[in-house]
Amino acid sequence: MKVAVQNNAKVLALFAIACTALVSLVSWFTKDTIMRQQQQQLLNTLYEVIPAMSLNNDLYHDCQIIQGNDYLGNTEQQTAYIARMDNIPVAVAITSTAPDGYNGKINLMVALNVDGSVSGVRVLKHQETPGLGDKIETRKNDWIYSFDNKTVESVNDLRWAVKKDGGMFDQFTGATITPRAVVKAVKNTALFFNENKDDILAAPTSTCGESND
Amino acid sequence: MTERNEYKELTWQGLWKNNPGLVQLLGLCPLLAVTTTLTNAIGLGLATLLVLVCSNATVSAIRNWVPKEVRIPIFVLIIAAFVTCVQLLMNAYTFGLYQSLGIFLPLIVTNCAIIGRAEAYASKNPVKQASFDGFMMGLGFALVLILLGGIREILGQGTLFDGADLLLGDWASVLRIEIFTFDSKFLLAILPPGAFIAMGFLIAGKNAIDAYIEKKQPKVETDKTIERVRVNFEG
Repeated sequence: MKVAVQNNAKVLALFAIACTALVSLVSWFTKDTIMRQQQQQLLNTLYEVIPAMSLNNDLYHDCQIIQGNDYLGNTEQQTAYIARMDNIPVAVAITSTAPDGYNGKINLMVALNVDGSVSGVRVLKHQETPGLGDKIETRKNDWIYSFDNKTVESVNDLRWAVKKDGGMFDQFTGATITPRAVVKAVKNTALFFNENKDDILAAPTSTCGESND
Repeated sequence: MTERNEYKELTWQGLWKNNPGLVQLLGLCPLLAVTTTLTNAIGLGLATLLVLVCSNATVSAIRNWVPKEVRIPIFVLIIAAFVTCVQLLMNAYTFGLYQSLGIFLPLIVTNCAIIGRAEAYASKNPVKQASFDGFMMGLGFALVLILLGGIREILGQGTLFDGADLLLGDWASVLRIEIFTFDSKFLLAILPPGAFIAMGFLIAGKNAIDAYIEKKQPKVETDKTIERVRVNFEG
């Protein structure tokens, strides 16, 4: 009996070690490629919201971790990427979270020019209803482009709402909650940037890109 | 049974008579959740096929060394290891598809079709037959996925191969076929209820074909009437 248990334990342990070794090996081989893919993906999004010809710094590594508090969707850490042309800041891309999507959080990348106007917005991650709320993706609908070049004047800027609520942004047929959440998040991000512009731009260049993977 | 007949039987079992998707109804969770587009279906089908072949081959290769009492945890270990490897490889080389398959890629571990074949066939048969069985079962599963994905994509979006570039690289975006366009999508086909309904029609279709064939060849053998068992342990 005891021998049988020992034997079984040994076999199990052996297989556990072998399987772990296999997974570690594959993980080790693919680690760099996966990291490159993720960087590439982020960089593509960054260049979509900030035109590549308007900057000449290493955008991916010119970034800092910011605490947005209520503005950027509760307590999560967000990242700000600063685009510079010959060391003069031209725009900042800030990751932001809309906490009140129809199916949970919507992660956004909001780029703002230094004058406060929106340079571009993209959705990084969401779980909205296919066919209704997912029109916030660029490959489904052009809606997200409607933020381009708009400026938030103040906290009480009434134009920053969906048309149903008296604002200037379309809602989708059958889905108001999703665009409402996105509009609010972009507005808050713009307000956050207006208030903290000097801090963000003055901060020394750090390399959060590497530790942030 | 001669070896050749055995392979023929395995093919027949995997693709039709004992199809994991249509007859055993195993792995319904990914089957129904991922088949919103043809590309997703092909991606998950290939991933499952690969895992099934690898796990069947490994389980069969070690079948003489594994004590009976601990075989299930060992099978689970092996399957989990292969799924993790496939997941890492897809993350590295088909990043877009990896993102659109999401949680359903790691969930291959819980696909009962895989552990079912390991237990029912691979643990009792030589490596060659076991791998072949894994391939055929995987192919059967993948075909159901592809059929369901195709039907739902046509009905829901009016396209085929939307997003094929995520799976096959940039050149594949030319594969995208726009069959017809609607102002708004046919939501029922995209959402999970549509998957259940389409799946129901597929199973009904298969049963109708079986019934038709049986009617055409009357009284060949009447002793084998029960063939729709959930898992076939005939090994």
